[in-house]
Amino acid sequence: MYDGGKIIPGLVIFLILLTFPFWFNIGQAAYEQPELQMPDEETQCIEPTEWMRANHMELLDVWRDMAVREDKPTYVSSRGETMEISLQKTCMSCHTNQAEFCDKCHTSAAVSPYCWDCHVAPEEVSDGQ
Amino acid sequence: MDNKRRTFLKFAGVAAALGAGGSVPLTLRAAYAPEQEQYKQDRDALTATRWGMVIDMRKFTSEEDFERCIEACHSVHNVPDQQLPKQKQKVMWIWTDHYEHAFPSSHNPYLAERVEHKDFLLLCNQCDNPPCVRVCPTKATFQREDGIVQMDFHRCIGCRYCMAGCPYGSRSFNFCDPAPYVQEKNADFPTRMRGVVEKCNFCVERLEEGLQPACVEAAPEGGMFFGDLDDPNSEVRRVLRENFSIRRKVELGTNPCVFYIV
Repeated sequence: MYDGGKIIPGLVIFLILLTFPFWFNIGQAAYEQPELQMPDEETQCIEPTEWMRANHMELLDVWRDMAVREDKPTYVSSRGETMEISLQKTCMSCHTNQAEFCDKCHTSAAVSPYCWDCHVAPEEVSDGQ
Repeated sequence: MDNKRRTFLKFAGVAAALGAGGSVPLTLRAAYAPEQEQYKQDRDALTATRWGMVIDMRKFTSEEDFERCIEACHSVHNVPDQQLPKQKQKVMWIWTDHYEHAFPSSHNPYLAERVEHKDFLLLCNQCDNPPCVRVCPTKATFQREDGIVQMDFHRCIGCRYCMAGCPYGSRSFNFCDPAPYVQEKNADFPTRMRGVVEKCNFCVERLEEGLQPACVEAAPEGGMFFGDLDDPNSEVRRVLRENFSIRRKVELGTNPCVFYIV
């Protein structure tokens, strides 16, 4: 091989850099799901918990269009319950603590949804802000 | 050879059947999506085919009458108070102005005194042919089937074409984050963010609950009427039949749905 003395060390360095995230994280604590503050009075969310955990963002996205644009402000859940489509009036009447419920997962998953740029979280009202 | 093919087909058939049987629940689960769930209208909601409003200016006799309506609207909709850094940047859903500004094309120098020096209650005219909807590049402003010109704040990119398009000055732009200037937040309605346009929404959120708009409730007795313009038996139509009414800048062809009795 021509220039094998350069190519092989080069490949080795490249592979080390490529796999940097893997060996850098060896020995570090594994990802833990954050402990969320669950509502005291309710035991069941509008849909199964697992499903909500995976799909709440898509549900909210559809809710937004249904309530704002389609003039259909009532949702019938898979269990047949009806509820008003509203982040503030429905979701956050149980999940009253944005910092201890919403933000914990969002922070740990490094996502920053802009819901609360406009929507009012309950503690903002009680703080009189 | 034949035997082998026969066994292969049998095996393939059984495998396919098992595969199909096993995958049905999975596909069903994957198909469960919120958009396929049921969404419906509220049973208590007030409905119409063309909402309209009549304002009887003769019933508004004092400054407080206007103030009450403005306060009712702005507190329900989390409209920032007028302590914003710059007065020119204030946000208004409903406000007052003189006749010559509200009705510039029908102004004359010898106007009756009671009209000339009177304030008029102004708000979005919820036009039947709304220029703001036509110019909005993101369809953030749209017209509902019941005629209400509504804003989807989620979609507004703050280009302000609608403000240029609206001949009534009904729209306000949030030059700064309005949330700190809302004195007491209504937890049932969102605030807005910097860079978003806002305006009167004919209280769609209250109509859904079967309530009249906030300003109509706060108005002096018989001062404001709200109802279906398409229904000849509605109260607005009765009031319009019995009184002479005017509208703002009709010559522009926007067909405003807010009527004034002077």
